[in-house]
Amino acid sequence: MKLKLALLAASMLTAAGPAAADLTFPMLSYRTGAYANNGIPFADGYHDYLTLVNERDGGIGGEKIRITECETAYNTEKGVECYESTKGEGALIYQPLSTGITYQIIPKATADGIAIHSMGYGRTSAADGKVFKWVFNYPGTYWDAASVMVKHIIDVEGGDVSGKTIALLYHNSAYGKEPIRTLEELSKKHGFKLQLLAVDHPGLEQKSQWLEIRRSRPDYVLMWGWGAMNPTAIQEAANVRYPMDHFIGVWWSGSENDVKQAGDRADGYKAVTFHGVGDDYPIYDDLKTHVTDKGLAAGAGDQLGTVLYNRGMYAAMLAVEAAKTAQEIHGTAAIDAAMMRDGMEALEITEEKMAALGLPGFGPAFSVSCADHGGPGIGMIQQWDAKAGEYTIITDQIEPDREVIGPLIEEDASAFAAEAGIEPRACE
Amino acid sequence: MSIEALNLIEVLINGLMAGVMYALVALGFVLIFKSSGIFNYAQGVMALFAAMTLVGLQTGQVPFAHLLNAITGMHVTHFGWNMPSGLAILLTLGVMVGLAFLVERLVLKHLVNQEPIILFMATIGLAFFLEGFGDLMWTAEIKQLDVGLPGGLSEWFEGASMALADPEAGYWGMYVDKLDVTAAVVAALLVISLTLFSQYTRAGRALRAVADDHQAALSVGISLRFIWVMVWSIAGLVALVAGIMWGSKTGVQTSLSLIALKALPVLMLGGFTSIPGAIVGGLIIGAGEKLFEYFVTSDAFHGLTGFNIDATENWFAYVLALLFLVFRPQGLFGDRIIERV
Repeated sequence: MKLKLALLAASMLTAAGPAAADLTFPMLSYRTGAYANNGIPFADGYHDYLTLVNERDGGIGGEKIRITECETAYNTEKGVECYESTKGEGALIYQPLSTGITYQIIPKATADGIAIHSMGYGRTSAADGKVFKWVFNYPGTYWDAASVMVKHIIDVEGGDVSGKTIALLYHNSAYGKEPIRTLEELSKKHGFKLQLLAVDHPGLEQKSQWLEIRRSRPDYVLMWGWGAMNPTAIQEAANVRYPMDHFIGVWWSGSENDVKQAGDRADGYKAVTFHGVGDDYPIYDDLKTHVTDKGLAAGAGDQLGTVLYNRGMYAAMLAVEAAKTAQEIHGTAAIDAAMMRDGMEALEITEEKMAALGLPGFGPAFSVSCADHGGPGIGMIQQWDAKAGEYTIITDQIEPDREVIGPLIEEDASAFAAEAGIEPRACE
Repeated sequence: MSIEALNLIEVLINGLMAGVMYALVALGFVLIFKSSGIFNYAQGVMALFAAMTLVGLQTGQVPFAHLLNAITGMHVTHFGWNMPSGLAILLTLGVMVGLAFLVERLVLKHLVNQEPIILFMATIGLAFFLEGFGDLMWTAEIKQLDVGLPGGLSEWFEGASMALADPEAGYWGMYVDKLDVTAAVVAALLVISLTLFSQYTRAGRALRAVADDHQAALSVGISLRFIWVMVWSIAGLVALVAGIMWGSKTGVQTSLSLIALKALPVLMLGGFTSIPGAIVGGLIIGAGEKLFEYFVTSDAFHGLTGFNIDATENWFAYVLALLFLVFRPQGLFGDRIIERV
């Protein structure tokens, strides 16, 4: 009897655990808490894309994807707990959608040998692959975003911003402070005055900052916000009649959630982005056929085509392409975390590949290398059309000023390497 | 008048207006603490839940749509109506009264005679439950709230204040948000109504009796359970008002519950048991934090000290409240508690 029970228990444990050949993609998502309204569309996009690959293609290279979702509520401690509780399940890659969580799990993931992809967030200097072997932030970093935004302003101003004032309204956190160093350097280079205005979490009250903006009248306001801070800022900007086309958000301050509350008054608001907008891409036909119509959508299926849904989908797509690359490199479909990292480092995204995936022109073509984990940093400017209720891309692809950013990345990465006792890798 | 002086007055006015918004949240805490000695941790979430319910009813959102769709395979999201704001507010009030009834029936009734800390812990549980329940019922997406309240810059005030400066100085007038003015009027009406209710109605007198002494109130036949339902219903009304005001400003989103953080220093300063204290505390905190931020971020301060200080509002409000506590531990208007040992 005891033997039977033991066998039964063992068989149940086997059934409950991951199938040996599954490719495990943990999702550190946040569908609850103060930032849920942004976490949900991203998580839905990420989850739906992986479901699509399972349903349409039968997985990656014949291996099904196993998604293990863990709720972080955008809380760094919970995020670390999620990392610890999922890493032993054969996790291939982590994308926590939180700069705070990313900072905390960089040393852990490095020690555990699991790659992190903090796409357009996290520690900017992780773009230096010589120091950060296990961390990637392609196709662009915060510092790229700051540079692209300034380049756009220079373009609007006819090539000269000397004597102008650019204010940075930022979330008073590690995330919000990220672009300051770059903007200080860019202000020296281009001769504009940088004005810094911090907003404390959660950003529901910004009267002081907007009174200051109304008094000092900066020529442009850049925003590094997240969650409630964004719609509140756009509402306050509209209240003080700040010209919306001079108000530019980073890519985490440029979703539909951010402009809705201000209604028509948000018309003209701009944000930088590193991918396309809307649902006019062939992949949406596949999502409809294989995911939403089958009732397999991660959420209510009402987020498709939104900015953050698209971003989640893009993040998942890059992870899947990296896994395919890893399978090619190592000649096996059943890759492990170390192989996945190799795939990420050898990732090459071409325009043809994007078109074949049903996302023509959606993101930039780029390749990752041993030394460069940050991608090209190319951005575009999107603008909110309140009447149509959608963002439209209004610029061509803008390249960041790597002349300024490159040395900053190297400096910060070297400081981290010295502090953490890391010997930078030699990359050819 | 100099532009510097006018700027200072503008900051002061806006600080007072912000203080009224904080006081709206603090009022709900005071009502419940005053009548039952419970610090209701869920007050911020109640404001969020009320605002979510209001938008849901207004826009004809199907409650628990995600759950229904997942279970039944249907795809329903909206009933297809747009309810008038007044009716939606009344129905939301009904929901908040229902919530008060359920809280009394399912939580408080079972905790009579327990230590205040137990009741406090119960409200923490209630906050987590209500936040999740609200998300499940109405979804966690950001929602636009528009009940027809005026908002945006008051051009009249801007023009009128412009005349206070020298025409040559190029002063552009003071900024006051019409929504903040509306909130101030609503808060004043709310305080007057609550004061009249507690002073001149039978139920109000019963409420004060319970607040003074539970045992004595019970001995003369006052129903503690009825008082609790009543008080939680009124707190629900206050939460609805706070939810409307804050939701109109920032949109209805999950972080709205965090407005409670702004109410805590107000309560510490004004006292946990005084309705006027919540208003006065709000005004002092609002004006104090805005003036301090204005002062420390000024070029003059930077030139004098060499320090770059900003984002002071969150911590300064607590420091200000703590300073008051040194001299008046019960807050400005709170009841002085003397316990024999």
